[in-house]
Amino acid sequence: MPSEVALARWQFGITTVYHFFFVPVTIGLVYLIAIMETLYVVKKDDRYKQMAQFWGKIFLINFAVGVVTGILQEFQFGMNWANYSRFVGDVFGAPLAIESLLAFFLESTFLGVWMFGWDKLSKRMHVASIWLVAIGTTLSAFWILTANAFMQHPVGYTLKDGHAEMSSFGALLTNPQLWYEFPHVFLGALVTGAFVVMGISAYQLLRKRHIEVFEPSFAIASIVAVAASFLVMVVGHEQAQYLLVSQPMKLAASEALWKTSGSPAPWTLFAIIHAGAHKNTWMIQIPYLLSVLSYNRLYGSVPGILELQQQMQARYGAGNYVPDVPVIFWSFRIMVFAGALMFLASAWGVWRIIRNRLVPGRRYLKWMVWATSLPFIANTMGWIMTEMGRQPWVVYGLQLTRDGVSPTVSAGEVLTTLIVFTLLYGLLAAVDLYLIARVVRQGPVEDDHGDEPESLSPVAL
Amino acid sequence: MTLESFWFAIIAVLFIGFFFLEGFDYGVGILVPFLGKTDKERRLLINTIGPFWDANEVWFITAGGAMFAAFPGWYATLFSGFYMALFLLLVALIGRGVAFEFRSKVEHPVWRTFWDWVIFGGSLLPPLLWGIALANMMHGVPIDQNKNYVGSFWDLISLYSVVGGVSMTLLFILHGALFISLRTSGVLQERARAAATAIGAWATALTFLFVVLSYLETDMFTRRGIDPGVVPVLAGLALFSVQFFIRAKRDGWAFFMTGLTIVLSTITVFMDLFPRVMVSSLNPAWSLTIYNTASNPYSLKVMTIVALTVVPFVLLYQGWSYWVFRKRLSSDHPLEY
Repeated sequence: MPSEVALARWQFGITTVYHFFFVPVTIGLVYLIAIMETLYVVKKDDRYKQMAQFWGKIFLINFAVGVVTGILQEFQFGMNWANYSRFVGDVFGAPLAIESLLAFFLESTFLGVWMFGWDKLSKRMHVASIWLVAIGTTLSAFWILTANAFMQHPVGYTLKDGHAEMSSFGALLTNPQLWYEFPHVFLGALVTGAFVVMGISAYQLLRKRHIEVFEPSFAIASIVAVAASFLVMVVGHEQAQYLLVSQPMKLAASEALWKTSGSPAPWTLFAIIHAGAHKNTWMIQIPYLLSVLSYNRLYGSVPGILELQQQMQARYGAGNYVPDVPVIFWSFRIMVFAGALMFLASAWGVWRIIRNRLVPGRRYLKWMVWATSLPFIANTMGWIMTEMGRQPWVVYGLQLTRDGVSPTVSAGEVLTTLIVFTLLYGLLAAVDLYLIARVVRQGPVEDDHGDEPESLSPVAL
Repeated sequence: MTLESFWFAIIAVLFIGFFFLEGFDYGVGILVPFLGKTDKERRLLINTIGPFWDANEVWFITAGGAMFAAFPGWYATLFSGFYMALFLLLVALIGRGVAFEFRSKVEHPVWRTFWDWVIFGGSLLPPLLWGIALANMMHGVPIDQNKNYVGSFWDLISLYSVVGGVSMTLLFILHGALFISLRTSGVLQERARAAATAIGAWATALTFLFVVLSYLETDMFTRRGIDPGVVPVLAGLALFSVQFFIRAKRDGWAFFMTGLTIVLSTITVFMDLFPRVMVSSLNPAWSLTIYNTASNPYSLKVMTIVALTVVPFVLLYQGWSYWVFRKRLSSDHPLEY
C-alpha cells in the first residue's frame, strides 16, 4: 500500500488535470459564443444565432463536467489535506469563498437564464447574459489562481501559533506570481476554446457541411487563436523569468541544470537525464539562449540544482528539496513546443483568410482536426510543471506536502476514493466525448424553436 | 456581535438558502421517475428546475468556501472526519450534475431511464447525508483534544442520525412536490398535489420524531428546558399547516409553509449549536467552537466587506432569474432539454 501522502497527491494530480481539461474549454468557448451572439444582435443575421446555439450545445456538455469536477476540487482540501487547510485556511480560504460569491453565482444563474431564455428575454438581455457568464468564468479563474499563486509564492501573511494568518489582502491581490499566472492561464484558455472551434469546424468543412456556419466560426476562432497564442508565449516567457526570483529550484529543474551554469548560459533542447547521478548525457544545446530567456541579454549565469539544494538545506534543515527533474524538464519542453505549433497553425489559418481564400486547403484542415489536442497537451504539461515543480512544498517554503495531509484519514480510504473517482471520471470522459461527437455529427439546427414550453397563464403565487 | 458570531450567522444563512432552494430541486429530482409517466412528462418535471438547480447548488459550494475561509478548523475537521460521507455526497452531486445535461441528448429509452435514476439517486443521497451529518454535529461525535475526528463512517450511523436524514429527505420531497404544483398545470399538477398529500403525513411524523429524539439525544433539553422557544414551535406549526393548504389547493401558501419549516428548522439547528460548530462526545471541552476554529480577525474583516458588498447583488439577480421563468410549464411547446 502506498503512503497516504502519495495517494493524496495522485488524487489531487488526477482530479486537477482532469478538471482542467474542461475549464479552459469553458472559458475559451464562452467568449467565442458571446462574440458570435453579439454579431447576431448587431448584424441581425441568423447564421450567427445558429453558430451561437451550435457551439452553445458543446459548451453546455463541457460545462456540466467542469462544474461537477470543480465541486470535488474545493472539498478535496478539507478531505485529504486537513492539516494544510488548518495551516493556510486564514489566507487560502478567502479567495475560494470569494470565487463562489463573485463567480459561481454569476456563472450558474446567467447560464440558466441563457439556456432557457432564448424566447423569454430581449435579444440584448440575452446576449448580456452570456457576457456575464464569460465574466463569471474569468473571475473564477482569477480567484482560484490567487489561491494557487499563494501556494507558489506566499505573500501577505504572518506566521502565528503554527499557522499562516492573512495580514494583507492587498498583497495577495498584487502577488506578482498571480499577475504572471492569471494572464497565462486565461490566454491559454482562449487558445483552447479557439482550437476546439477550429478543429470541429475543420472537420465539418472537410465534409463540406454547413459551410455558412463553419467558415465564419473558423475565421473568428483563428483570429482569437493567433492573438492569444502569441500573447500566451510572451506572458509565459515573463512568468519563467520570474521563477528566478520566486522559485529558482523550479527553473533549474525545468532546465535539468545540475550545476550552476557559466555565462553566457546555453539552453538545452534535448537531454537524457540521470537524476540519480546528477548529470545529463546526449545534450543538444543552443548557446546563449538560456541567458537570453532568463535575463533578456547575452550573458548571465543561472543557479543550478545542487547549489540551490545546499542553500535550501542551510535554510530549512536537512532534506531533499529537488523536484522530479525529468518530469519538470520534459513537461516544460512539451508545453513550449505545443504552444509554438499552435501559434504557427493559427497564424497560417489567419494568413489564408486575409488573402481572401476563406476555406483553407484540405491538408491544412486535416491537420487542424488533429491540432485540437495541442492545447490540452500544453495545459496539462503546464500544470504538471507548475505543481510538481513546487515539490516538496505544498506552500512554498512554509509547509512540506507530506505535512499537509489529513491526520485521521487512512491510506485505504484515500485509495478507495481515488479508484472510484478515477473510474467515474473515465466514464464521464467517454460519455462527454460521445455526446460532443453526436452534436458535431448532427450539426447546427436551422429551424428556430424555443427551448422551454410555456402556457399563457402566469403563476399566481 | 463579534466577527466570529457574524460569520457563524453568515454560514447559517448560506445553509438556510441551500436547504430552501436545493431542498425543492432535490425533491423534484427524487420525484421525477415517479411523477413522470412518459418521457415528455419527465422532461417537463426536470425543466421546472432546469434554469435554477445549478445556481441553487452554488449556495452549498459557497457555504463550504465560507466555512473554509472563516472557520478553517471546522472545515478541516468536518471534511476529513466525515470522509466517506463526503465522498458519497460528491459521487451523488457529480452524477446528478451531469445527468441533467446528458439525459436528453440521446433519445434511446434505456439511456434516458438510466440518467433519470442517476438524478433520483443523486438527489436522494445529499439530503439523507446532510440530515445524518447535522444530527451528528448536534449529538456529538468523537473529537479528541487535537480537534480531530477519531471515529469511523459507521460511528455516524445511529437511530437518531438516520431519523434526521430520513426526515430531512421527506421534507425536501414534500417541498419539491409543492414546487412542481406551482410550476406545472393539468395532470402533473394533480399528481404533485397527491404526492404532497401522501408524503406530507410521513414528513410531519418523522420530523416530530426527530424533535423528540433531539430532546433525548442532544443537550437541547438541558440548555433550553421543555419549551424549545419560538422558532422551533413556529417551524412545527408551519409544517402542520401544509396539509391544510394542500387540501385548500393553495399551492403557493403550501410551498411557502414547507419553505418556512426548512428555514426555521435550520435556524433551530444552528441556534442549538451556537457557539459550538461540532460537539465532542468525548469531552465537552474538546468541542469545536466558533472561537477555536475561526480565522484571524483581519481575514474575517476582509471577508465581511466582500460578503456585504456582493451578497445583495447575488440575491437580486438570482431572484430576477426566478422572475424570468415565472410562467407555468405545459407540454404544448417543443422541449429542448
